[in-house]
Amino acid sequence: MKNEIVFNRACFAVLITLVAAAGFFIDNSYYIQTLTLIGINTLLALGLNLLMGYAGQISLGHAAFFAIGSYTTAILTTKFMMSPWLALPAALVLAAAVAYVVGIPTLRLSGYYLGMGTLGFGMIVNICIREWDSYTGGASGLVGIPGLSSPFVSFENPRNFFFLVWAVLILFFIASQRIMDSRVGRALRAIHDNEAASLILGVDTKDLKLKIFVLSAVMAAVSGFLYAHMITFISPGTFDFLASIRIVTMVVIGGMASIWGALFGASLLTLLPEWLHSFADFEMMIYGLILMVVMIFMPQGLTRGLIDIYEQAKSKK
Amino acid sequence: MMQELLQYLFTGITSGAIYAIIAVGYSMLYNSTELINFAQGEFVMIGGMSLMTFWGVLKIPLPFSILLAVAVTALCGLIFERLAIRTAKKDNHVVLIIITVGASIFLRGAAMILWGKEPHSVAQFTSFPPINIGGAVIVFQSLWIIIGALIIAVALDFFYRRSLTGKAMTACAINMRAARLTGIPAGFMVLLAFVISSSTGAVAGSMIGPITMCSYDMGTVLGLKGFCAAMLGGLGSLWGSLAGGIILGILESLGAGYISSGVKDATAFLALLMILYFRPGGLFGKKDIKRF
Repeated sequence: MKNEIVFNRACFAVLITLVAAAGFFIDNSYYIQTLTLIGINTLLALGLNLLMGYAGQISLGHAAFFAIGSYTTAILTTKFMMSPWLALPAALVLAAAVAYVVGIPTLRLSGYYLGMGTLGFGMIVNICIREWDSYTGGASGLVGIPGLSSPFVSFENPRNFFFLVWAVLILFFIASQRIMDSRVGRALRAIHDNEAASLILGVDTKDLKLKIFVLSAVMAAVSGFLYAHMITFISPGTFDFLASIRIVTMVVIGGMASIWGALFGASLLTLLPEWLHSFADFEMMIYGLILMVVMIFMPQGLTRGLIDIYEQAKSKK
Repeated sequence: MMQELLQYLFTGITSGAIYAIIAVGYSMLYNSTELINFAQGEFVMIGGMSLMTFWGVLKIPLPFSILLAVAVTALCGLIFERLAIRTAKKDNHVVLIIITVGASIFLRGAAMILWGKEPHSVAQFTSFPPINIGGAVIVFQSLWIIIGALIIAVALDFFYRRSLTGKAMTACAINMRAARLTGIPAGFMVLLAFVISSSTGAVAGSMIGPITMCSYDMGTVLGLKGFCAAMLGGLGSLWGSLAGGIILGILESLGAGYISSGVKDATAFLALLMILYFRPGGLFGKKDIKRF
């Protein structure tokens, strides 16, 4: 346990140093943008990881909350000329409320049925965005979302925006770490291992699952907010079924039940398409293959799986 | 007024019959393996695309083309079971869900490379003129689809109730371990279940081509709606799934006709959520079911 704490502190220190170094020394705006995108994706994966990795509840519709965050701020800032800083709480409250209302009946389901229930919810949100075109712009999307500005620093500068995203992410990182090391985190892991048993031991499983679902929805909404103001254009395609699957893939690849896994998975899956630019058509096949192979041979995720293989090899010597 | 309603009903029953065939595929697989294959829709797509290739491009006579399309899809199902499902850890639902979702994305990506991104058209099976009933028009292809759904249902019902293999599969569904103890090759039965469910998917896919067109991404929505239909009628029940498909088709068509065409796709998912929340056993299934 003590080793783990030291390890985690060291990881945080390395992460913060790397972020600061990257922010100050990288001048190429394309690199900065990619790194910002990694931050946004990590936040998404981190939220889903709390739900999937720790509580063991799958969500195949997580892009819906990402969409709620993006579209709320986009609609409020472009159609109602609101300040993004006022739109942010609105987006978070909306995402939390939707997650709460949808979560009560949905989280009663388990296994395949939970998968299908969350998937159905994700599809309905996506259809609503496509069809409600007077506000959402329908299939062609919403343009002209303003960048973030404030009296002291302008986040329209990519470098400042990069720092903002990573600062937010590190805050959420620390918060998740705290939650998972607490009583709540242990209870969540108990639910993952055996829901019935943890219920008998006095864990209020229903309440906890709902809370963690709302938290992960809020985190998705924050990343949606950041995404909308970074790209300044959003369309329903970014939030479809494949997007939900992409988030699940990040969690799975990175390794469930590890907040560092979320960072690893999100980085890999954000960079992969960039590396595979010439293979654009193969992107889907590669995604599918990665999902299958990792799940078949390393059900614990790539990080855990690789560590296991390394340790096995070491013990054999 | 009447004519309009009749037209919506015909359209609904046509698409409903397609959903019904797909739903039967889900149900039969769930029955013997307690697995839900998220790649079922992709099997439908492969069936449709193969038919387009064999019949439309290679000009092989229609009955043989359908057989070939079913064979190709069944082979995909077989390979998928052998390579992915059998080697995976079975007791973790999340892992199995992700594997089948991965397979569906993989197959969709493969189809995109093989057949291209643009949709392909398929000719009607027969060139009979559309039939006019009370002012509403029904294309002949619809009749083929409905006949196909009925043939599949009757054949499967006969197979499960009368043949020894079918009975053995039912035994596996009830208790895999006990079935194995009585000498039933349970592994083979699971493989067979995969072959049957992918074959029914292929039949659905080959019949829908003339009505909608085939494209690499047609499978996702069809598969999801087939699943909604199976849940609506009662997952695991043959006739329940069939009825669920028809009901879903009619609901969708009425929603599209009387409310707005945008509502059409949402209907299925709303129905799915309602069923999951209030009556997970399905409309025709047993009320309480052990799966929760």
